[in-house]
Amino acid sequence: MINLRDKGAEIWEKANRPQRVIMAICFIAMAASLPFMGGTILNTPIADYESVLVFPVAMFVLMAIGLNIVIGKSGLLDLGYVAFFAIGAYTMGLLGTRTSLNTWEILPIGIAMAMFSGIILGVPALKLRGDYLAIITLGFGEIVRIVALNLGTLGRSEGILGIPTPPPVFGIEFTFDSHRIYYWTLLIIILLAIWMVRRLSVRRAGRAWESIRQDEDAAELMGVPTFKYKVWAFVLGASVGGAAGVFYASKTLFIAPDNFTLQISILILACVVFGGMGNIWGVIAGAVILGYLPDRIRFLSDARLLVFGLVLVIMMNLRPDGLLPRKKREKALPSKEKS
Amino acid sequence: MIGNFLDQFWSLTFGGLSLGFIYILIALGYTMVYGVLRMINFANSEVFMVATFATIIIVRDVYKFTQTSEYATGFQLWLILGTALLASMAVAGILSVLIELIAYRRLRRMNSGVLAPLISAIGVSMVLAETMRILTDSRPVASPRAMEKKFIGKFFDADIRLDNTIIIVAAIILLLLLLTFVNKTRLGKAIRAVSMNPNASKLMGINIDGVVSITFLVGGLMTGAAGFFYVLKYENSSFSIGFELGIAAFTAAILGGIGNIKGAFYGGLSLGLLETYASFFLGTQWKAVTVFTILVVVLYTKPNGLFGEALTQTRA
Repeated sequence: MINLRDKGAEIWEKANRPQRVIMAICFIAMAASLPFMGGTILNTPIADYESVLVFPVAMFVLMAIGLNIVIGKSGLLDLGYVAFFAIGAYTMGLLGTRTSLNTWEILPIGIAMAMFSGIILGVPALKLRGDYLAIITLGFGEIVRIVALNLGTLGRSEGILGIPTPPPVFGIEFTFDSHRIYYWTLLIIILLAIWMVRRLSVRRAGRAWESIRQDEDAAELMGVPTFKYKVWAFVLGASVGGAAGVFYASKTLFIAPDNFTLQISILILACVVFGGMGNIWGVIAGAVILGYLPDRIRFLSDARLLVFGLVLVIMMNLRPDGLLPRKKREKALPSKEKS
Repeated sequence: MIGNFLDQFWSLTFGGLSLGFIYILIALGYTMVYGVLRMINFANSEVFMVATFATIIIVRDVYKFTQTSEYATGFQLWLILGTALLASMAVAGILSVLIELIAYRRLRRMNSGVLAPLISAIGVSMVLAETMRILTDSRPVASPRAMEKKFIGKFFDADIRLDNTIIIVAAIILLLLLLTFVNKTRLGKAIRAVSMNPNASKLMGINIDGVVSITFLVGGLMTGAAGFFYVLKYENSSFSIGFELGIAAFTAAILGGIGNIKGAFYGGLSLGLLETYASFFLGTQWKAVTVFTILVVVLYTKPNGLFGEALTQTRA
């Protein structure tokens, strides 16, 4: 099968510095100009096109990049990723309505809260084997939702209303319906996240995650502090989820436990698996496609989760490496003969 | 509070026991598959959910019971209960085997590690839950009451309800049948052999794929029976019950030591009782949190379960 990923990497590696800069600028400009395509074939029939670009598309991309650190890079299956999203959103909701802090001041607090809960969950859970970890994280995601549903301070099932929008930056107003502004801001956050992941991937942390994913026992024997790096992957993934949550709450003005169900975790997982675990461009492509298509094609929007479930099954069975697989040299060795 | 608790202790205990037996049967769906494949059968919870609907369809559409019709009695009652039980078991068993064919078989051949089959099974359970959601218009479905829930006796202060009694007795019979099957028959022996050492049993001429299918079938049958008992006890179902019950049953399997049948038994009983007592004190909305907390604590402190053998030892 054609490996688009390797083709892309070949072009990138042959290019010199100015060519790379030009390619990156073209790519970013293309992404930034998406909100102007509203009248074209890309238009969505049901929801407003520009708001679709913000949620789900850009939000999915951001969360998928975060989840990819956990699943793709270090091979830890996290089924409760929505918990960090919810923690970020509720931090924004609580602090935004109760205190005079604005969105930009709450953003680091929300990220810190998500990272902190990542440590709380990660330290006990990451000592367990892969499939147990999946169940524990699944439980954690539900616990966060149930706590939000039952605690009076978190607004029970009504959630939190009247969350403030971000204050103007350099004279740019963030009003409720200025979807473009939100989209561009998210784009900047996404670029920052991509930059962070790419920097980390080529350094010690990235190599440690790689070795953990391929063979944890061997990595441990070679002196990689596997537990430490697993917690790191978890916490970094959580921080991206938390940032997405803060921004989401500030955009929608209102949050309720129903926005943070297990389904979100599965949707993001589907984006990562569909695009290609471990390859950040694949993950972005997966999130864009799976976020966008249900809004573009009418009958898909009713059965969104059904389609996502099918995507998981079919991809795992027929193309387990996803749409754009990771680099060949990064592929895990075929797992050892059992027993 | 404590006084109330002591007053209601026995009726809570009976409720908890029948819930515990439902957990045991679902937990068997996890534990049997885990014993043979060392994989979590993630879609089992949705198999249970589909089985509850099979029961409702039998009672409502085949026997034409409505919310207002009279209760069945005597022979007719047992006929209805029997067909509903068998139908749920059959549906769940077949569904389970299909899930193995679709979600696991190919990946098992490719020897693709732990994550791929798990994700694939998550996909299958998503598809099942969504299909039922679309078919039921996202609404819970009430089951018509075919059997009068009369009190058949008293134990201390507690009334013994007919439905709880049927659940406990029938579940015990099913468990005994299962134990006989696993310990006494040729197929059961093959299952045990594969669970001990797949490669050696292959060399001894055991058809591994066949054994895996049979294991899924048996696990599915037990889970299907649980679906029937659930409807008998709570008289409703919804597309979303799979998740909560599934996690609870999985916790039960872990609590007792996943991979062995006895473990599922003790784990299910303790979890059913614990959960019933805990929801008396904390309120039912914290039920799920209680279960998860137990799961986390058990996995963290005793990952092999309270009664289980060390899995790493049997595996090596």
